[in-house]
Amino acid sequence: MKIAVCLKQVPDTEAEIKWDIPSGTLKRDGMDSITNPFDEFALEEALLTRENYDGEIVAISMGPEKAADVLRNALALTVNAVQQVSDPVFAGSDTYATAYTLAEAIKKIGDVDVVFAGKQSTDGNTGVVSAELAAILGWSQLTYVSKVRQIDAAGKKIVVERAIEGGNEVVEAKLPAVVSVIKGINEPRLPNLMGIRKAAKVEIPKWSAGDLGVDAGKVGAAGSCTKVVEIAVPPPRGAGEILKGEIEDIANTLTDKLIDLKVIK
Amino acid sequence: MANDVWVYIEHKDGAITPMSFELLGIGKTLADGLGSSVCGFVVGEKADDIAKEAFAYGASKVYAVEGAEFKGFRPDAYSKAAHFLLDKYKPGVALFRATSQGTDVAAASAALLGFGLCTDTIGLVVDGGKMKMTRAAFGGNYTVSVVNEKAATQIATVRPKAFAMPEKDASKSGEVVKEAFSVAEADLNTKVLEFIQSATAVNLVEADIIVTGGRGVGNEEGFTLIKELADMLGGAVGASRAAVDSGWIPYEHQVGQTGKTVKPKIYIACGVSGAIQHLAGMRTSDCIVAINKDPDAPIFKAATFGIVGDYKQVVPKLIEKFKGKLGK
Ligand SMILES: Cc1cc2nc3c(=O)[nH]c(=O)nc-3n(C[C@H](O)[C@H](O)[C@H](O)COP(=O)(O)OP(=O)(O)OC[C@H]3O[C@@H](n4cnc5c(N)ncnc54)[C@H](O)[C@@H]3O)c2cc1C
Repeated sequence: MKIAVCLKQVPDTEAEIKWDIPSGTLKRDGMDSITNPFDEFALEEALLTRENYDGEIVAISMGPEKAADVLRNALALTVNAVQQVSDPVFAGSDTYATAYTLAEAIKKIGDVDVVFAGKQSTDGNTGVVSAELAAILGWSQLTYVSKVRQIDAAGKKIVVERAIEGGNEVVEAKLPAVVSVIKGINEPRLPNLMGIRKAAKVEIPKWSAGDLGVDAGKVGAAGSCTKVVEIAVPPPRGAGEILKGEIEDIANTLTDKLIDLKVIK
Repeated sequence: MANDVWVYIEHKDGAITPMSFELLGIGKTLADGLGSSVCGFVVGEKADDIAKEAFAYGASKVYAVEGAEFKGFRPDAYSKAAHFLLDKYKPGVALFRATSQGTDVAAASAALLGFGLCTDTIGLVVDGGKMKMTRAAFGGNYTVSVVNEKAATQIATVRPKAFAMPEKDASKSGEVVKEAFSVAEADLNTKVLEFIQSATAVNLVEADIIVTGGRGVGNEEGFTLIKELADMLGGAVGASRAAVDSGWIPYEHQVGQTGKTVKPKIYIACGVSGAIQHLAGMRTSDCIVAINKDPDAPIFKAATFGIVGDYKQVVPKLIEKFKGKLGK
C-alpha cells in the first residue's frame, strides 16, 4: 500500500505572529515553527497503517524552504520518503491553490492508495484543504475521521468512523481516499535520538512549480481568488464584573442575571 | 439572477431543524445590500417539504436537485449536485453553515468550480458591491477579512449562531426550481454503513448554553456536578483540553483551538484558567461566566461575570438557586 501524508509547518501558537500587511500573508520566516498539531495525528495514523498492513509512507509538505524541518521530523519517525513542494510562486496560495498544488504533487508521486491529513491547520484554521484535495483528485472524501476500521488495498476499500454532530458515522469508501483525522484518533509517538540524527543528514528532495508542471495561473497569490483585505485584532471583551460578597448572595445575583437573559427555559 | 444570495439548506435524511434555515436571515440582509434576492438550494431525495419551510424563513426561490441517490448525505453525491446548480446559475454568493456537512459540500463544490472559499465566517457585509467576509485566524487572536476577487460566486461557510435566526412567516411561499441531475451509483465513492448515536449526544456547536469544566474540576467525578448544572439549564457540557487529556471526559467535549469553536448565549467556565487556545474556541460567546479560585486567572479578563471561589461550593449553590427560581 502506498500512503501519503500531508504535513504543514505552522507558527508555534506561543510565538509572536508577524504579518506582511499589504499582501495579507504571514511572514513565516522569523517565527518559531512546529508541525501543525492535527498533522501529527495524520502522521501517526500513516505509521499505524503501515504497521498494520505493510506499505510505504511518503510525507509531503508544501511551504517555504524552512518547512523542510517538518519533513525531517517525519523522517526521524521513519517515514520511507519525503517530498517538499516549494517555490516562491506558491506564496500566497489560498485553499484552492494549495489543494490544487498538493493534488499535482500526489499525482506525480503516483499510485497513492490513501492520503492522510490533519483536520485543519492551527494558523489558517480553514479546515477545507483535504476536502478540496479529494474533490480535485476525484477520490473519496473522508473528513472528521476518528477511527480507521479497516483498509483493504487489494479490494480498494476503506472503512472509517467520522465524528460528526451527534454521533459517529461509519462509512465505507473506495480507494484511493483522502482521510482527514481529528485529535484523539491515536497518540502520536515521539522520534528517538537515533532517528533525529539520521534524519538530520538527509537531503530533502524538492519540487518546484516547474517540476510539477502546474498551471501558473492556478497557484500562489495569482491563482487565488480569495484576497485578504484587512487584518485586525478583535476588540477585547469589556472587562467583566466580579461578583463579590457571600456565596449565597453571589449565587442569587448571578442566577437572576442569567435568568434575565431569557435564554434558560 | 447573477447577484443572488444562495443559502445551502442542510438536512439529515430529509429531517430539518429551524437551524437549517439560519442563514436565510443574513442572506436576506446581504441580498438587500446587493439589490438581489435570497434563495435556498437543496440536494435530497425529496425537496418540497424543505422548500416550504425555506419560504417561511424568507427564501424567495428554492433550487433543488432530487433523486434516490441523494437520500442520505454523501459528500461526493451532494457536492456534485451543488456544483451543478452553482455552475449553472452562478449566484453572486453561496453560504453554507460551518457544520461537518456544510463544510464538506462547500469545500468540494468550490474545488470543483475551481474557487477558494472563506470558512467559519463570523462577519459578512456588502462593501462596494462585493461581499466582505471576516473570519478569525490564529486562535481568534486576529480577524482576517477577505474578498473573493475572481470567482463568479463568493462562497463562505458561516459559523453557526454568528447571525440571528430569521423570523418565520408560514404564510409566505415561493417558486421551487427543480433541476434534473443525477449521479450513477457506480460513480459514487462512499456509502454510509451506520450511524452510532453518541450516548451523550453532545452538539456543542448548536447549544445555547454550555457549562465547561477544566483541570480545576479535579477528576472525573467533578464532571458530575458540571453535568448536573448543564442539565438543569438544558445545556451541553464542554471541557478544556487539560480535562480531556486527563481522561475525565471524551474529546468531543473539547472547546478551543484544537476542539470545537462555540458561540452559545451563555458559557459557564468552571476551573478553566483561560489559556489563549481555550479562549479561541469560546470568546465570541454572548455571556461568559467564570468560576475560578484564582483571582488572577486570565479567564476573568474575558468574563462577563466572574466568581472567585471553589467551584465545589459555587456550582451546588447555583444549582440550588436555579432549582428554586426555575421551579424545577
Ligand atoms: C497547540 C495547542 C492547542 C491547544 N488547544 C486547546 C484547546 O483546543 N482547548 C483548550 O482548552 N486548551 C488547548 N490547549 C491547552 C491550553 O494551552 C491550556 O493548557 C488548557 O486550556 C488549560 O486547561 P485548564 O484551563 O482546564 O487548566 P489549567 O490551566 O491548569 O487551569 C485550571 C484552573 O482551575 C482553577 N482551579 C483549580 N481548582 C479549582 C477549584 N476547586 N475551583 C475553581 N477553580 C479551580 C485554577 O485556578 C486554574 O485557573 C492547547 C495548547 C496548545 C499548545
